[in-house]
Amino acid sequence: MQDSNTGRIVGVNGNMLTVEFDTHVTQNEVAFALLGDERLKCEVIRVRGKRADLQVFENTAKLKINDQIEFTDELLSVELGPGLLTRVYDGLQNPLNDLAEKSGFFLQRGVYLPALDYESKWDFTPTAKVGDKVKSGDWLGFVPEGIFKHYIMTPFDLKGEWEIVEITAGGNYRIDHQIAMLKGKKNELRKVTMVQSWPVKIPITAYKEKLLPTETMITQQRIIDTFFPVAVGGTFCTPGPFGAGKTVLQHALSQFAEADVVIIAACGERAGEVVEILREFPHLEDPRTGKTLIDRSIIICNTSSMPVAAREASVYTAVTLAEYYRQMGLNCLLLADSTSRWAQALREMSGRLEEIPGEEAFPAYLESLIAGFYERAGLVQLNDGETRGSITIGGSVSPAGGNFEEPVTQATLKVVGAFLGLSRERSDARRYPAIHPLDSWSHYTSIVDAQLIAAARNTLRHGHEVNQMMKVVGEEGTHIKDFTVYLKSEFLDYVYLQQNTFDKVDGATDKDRQQYVFSKVVAVLNAEFDFTDKDIARRYFLELRQMFVDWNYAAIDSDEFKKLEAAIDAKLKEHCHA
Amino acid sequence: MRKVYHRIIQIAGNVITVEAEDVGYNELAEVTSSRGTSLAQVIRLQDDKVFLQVFAGSRGISTGDQVRFLGHQMRVSSSEDLLGRVFNGRGAPRDHRPEIQEDLIEIGGPSVNPARRIIPRNMIRTGIPMIDVFNTLVESQKLPIFSVAGEPYNQLLARIALQAEVDVIILGGMGLKYDDYLYFKNTLDEQGALSRSIMFVHTASDPVVECMLVPDMSLAVAESYALEGKRVLVLLTDMTNFADAMKEIAITMEQIPSNRGYPGDLYSQLAARYEKAVDFDGAGSITVLAATTMPGDDVTHPIPDNTGYITEGQFYLRNGRIEPFGSLSRLKQQVNGTTRSDHRTIMDTMIRLYADYRETLEKQSMGFSMSGWDNKLLKYGALFEKRMMDLSVNIPLEEALDLGWKTLAECFDKAETGIKTDLLKEYWPQS
Repeated sequence: MQDSNTGRIVGVNGNMLTVEFDTHVTQNEVAFALLGDERLKCEVIRVRGKRADLQVFENTAKLKINDQIEFTDELLSVELGPGLLTRVYDGLQNPLNDLAEKSGFFLQRGVYLPALDYESKWDFTPTAKVGDKVKSGDWLGFVPEGIFKHYIMTPFDLKGEWEIVEITAGGNYRIDHQIAMLKGKKNELRKVTMVQSWPVKIPITAYKEKLLPTETMITQQRIIDTFFPVAVGGTFCTPGPFGAGKTVLQHALSQFAEADVVIIAACGERAGEVVEILREFPHLEDPRTGKTLIDRSIIICNTSSMPVAAREASVYTAVTLAEYYRQMGLNCLLLADSTSRWAQALREMSGRLEEIPGEEAFPAYLESLIAGFYERAGLVQLNDGETRGSITIGGSVSPAGGNFEEPVTQATLKVVGAFLGLSRERSDARRYPAIHPLDSWSHYTSIVDAQLIAAARNTLRHGHEVNQMMKVVGEEGTHIKDFTVYLKSEFLDYVYLQQNTFDKVDGATDKDRQQYVFSKVVAVLNAEFDFTDKDIARRYFLELRQMFVDWNYAAIDSDEFKKLEAAIDAKLKEHCHA
Repeated sequence: MRKVYHRIIQIAGNVITVEAEDVGYNELAEVTSSRGTSLAQVIRLQDDKVFLQVFAGSRGISTGDQVRFLGHQMRVSSSEDLLGRVFNGRGAPRDHRPEIQEDLIEIGGPSVNPARRIIPRNMIRTGIPMIDVFNTLVESQKLPIFSVAGEPYNQLLARIALQAEVDVIILGGMGLKYDDYLYFKNTLDEQGALSRSIMFVHTASDPVVECMLVPDMSLAVAESYALEGKRVLVLLTDMTNFADAMKEIAITMEQIPSNRGYPGDLYSQLAARYEKAVDFDGAGSITVLAATTMPGDDVTHPIPDNTGYITEGQFYLRNGRIEPFGSLSRLKQQVNGTTRSDHRTIMDTMIRLYADYRETLEKQSMGFSMSGWDNKLLKYGALFEKRMMDLSVNIPLEEALDLGWKTLAECFDKAETGIKTDLLKEYWPQS
């Protein structure tokens, strides 16, 4: 580092510094504010004349005018290499467990530790050979990580075609050991190790092409997979007022969604919620692999009381890690909770920069940043032309006052493929997951036939209308036919849309079971009943509902399951002309 | 000896500006005017200008008054001697007893490493069925009571504090009516809890800005006690006054307001306080109960709205009762699975049926004839309000659950409750 690349503080306003620099600065480069022995990480976010504005990723207390600043000439980056899985990082990829060992209960400012373990050795097997021509992101070999092969790739910033002039034989190496030497067109040489760094705010594009997401990602949540499906490589958002169950839903997805790698970005939300994941995932079995859930997870944890600027960085850190694993041909699921907090971090900085505010004081560029973030999702075909990898992004949104008309929700709705809107009305009535069955939508393909879904939604809508009407004309003024539709819609809601996430069996319903149960539900919806009395009809549906609820709680291979099914079939014959 | 500055170049709202050197961000200063001495905190540095927020307010400060920087941030004593004492919003004794200068700690310390937090596991029993059964309070939880002026939220806070099994109670009062302050003091005294209580009280007649330090001081003291292994309950009332004081400073500093005049960092500021609630692995815990009065009874107002997104649930206090709808304890799942096997089912079923009752009530008020089912619901609703919602009911959890089954059995038959068959077998009262 050159001595000249420094500056000094001329203003402190919250977490923003104004700095007078000596030679030059680069937009978004990382700098450090020196406070005694402490080095506080900052990022350049605006340059005006000889002065630059820096956002500080730490508390700025005690900084003074004329304190020194060191510029690094590097953009804010993350380290990519074997050993990322199972780890817990803050928004700047600081390993929180290592920090705890070093500083105890509290997050001391200015302490930065390496993101990866440089001591452990990994068993490397080369797959490329000397003389091979490679492009950025091509595989050179692999090491085993968890249940899959972690491919070691050429640097993502490689331009054009390079030739492998050296490659290490198989064996155990540390991650900073030289794996290969590449030679460029002008005979320049480049050393490749198992670890590389990448600036978080720039998407990794070392793939052949982006494809249309078509396959359904099974989340084991009935209302999602059947009614509002999410595609592998797609995007979805779950906006909802507080208390509507966003976090419980995200937890369910992180546990049960069928993805290879799950990255959880706890962005500006409660620390307690992350702790549940941190403490439970190491003990929860992943039914797909037999290992624990933590073995396929990375947790980025920048909770609400941690520095705001690092919160802004955290979603980018998370999506960059997802892109890295996607490059290995894996399906990654990124869950960001909550994108509103990220947007608020942008708003705070925008306010300090005294930019002209947009709606609700959010910066005018909010929409393009949100779009840019969700666009990093997708299904891609890698350089080899065969292997596919994907990133599915699910963002929760916390709209102010639960009003979806606000800027973050609106900007998000424009760019996502599925909208799972959580409603206070449903959560107040304890109808969980509180995804609103009439307001939500999805552009992706369901696991059951589209016509059946349309018919079922029709029943829901019709039932809702009858219910509204009954509030005006009363039950006695409602025709028994309409009343039956209302009962059917309530039945569907009760036994299929609602799911008890805290129950071992009901909490996760796989694809086959969903299809099986749904066909039975459809049989009820299509049945013609001969009720003449509303109280009899209500009683009949209450009993049927009870049977289905018990059925949902029964393991699919149990005798209980078969017994209840027989009972349901028998019950269905009552009052019913087939 | 630190340098004294005499040139105040700007006074706007409660913020003064001086030209000074070698001043740290967030540092404290003493401003001495003819009116007396007040503490002030550095809230912005720009070239040679230092912006200070004066806690006692800027009224009566003249441009020639003296500003002396103290070289440290706001501090508070964490000594054992604090127990039983009452302080004002800047930490000076309010009880005519000597100041305490031992074991000074800086307030507003760093946040707890999430990797060192543990999952909350201890229920706090309150004897209030609406809390114990339906929205269980958990040690280390942060929970506000959303209410409006005139509701007995301070009484509810005091009752929970006294019935909860905690080692230390810290009261942080912001804009507290003098009567309410005396109420807290007398109630704690009568129940013999004063000796394990510490009070930081800013009353409605004190300078507005002074209340901004109350949460930080209360929580800093709570943190140092918790690290010593104590289970601390912090009561903050009323957080709306805290947020309003922040708004005032933000507007004075010409910050761009985000929503109804509140600063864009309202969420982060509130979160920095509430997130101090913690259960330390191998040490004590901090539980935070706050009162938030909703301006205009509007939960979408920025203060309750941002609070709701931060806290682990909320209790709505309306018409002297804890509302069953909207009230939520997010941590209840951590503890109510191990209390009794019917706890969750009773909780869900009773609330669901009460929701149905409310609908029926609406129909009834519109003059529709009531069906047999409606009449059952009407009977149930009245019993539920009397046996569960009335705040004067004071029974342990187990008794409340039994009462729940009894109520269900008096009103419905088994199938109508939608409860799983095996639980019905175990708990349905035999008559």
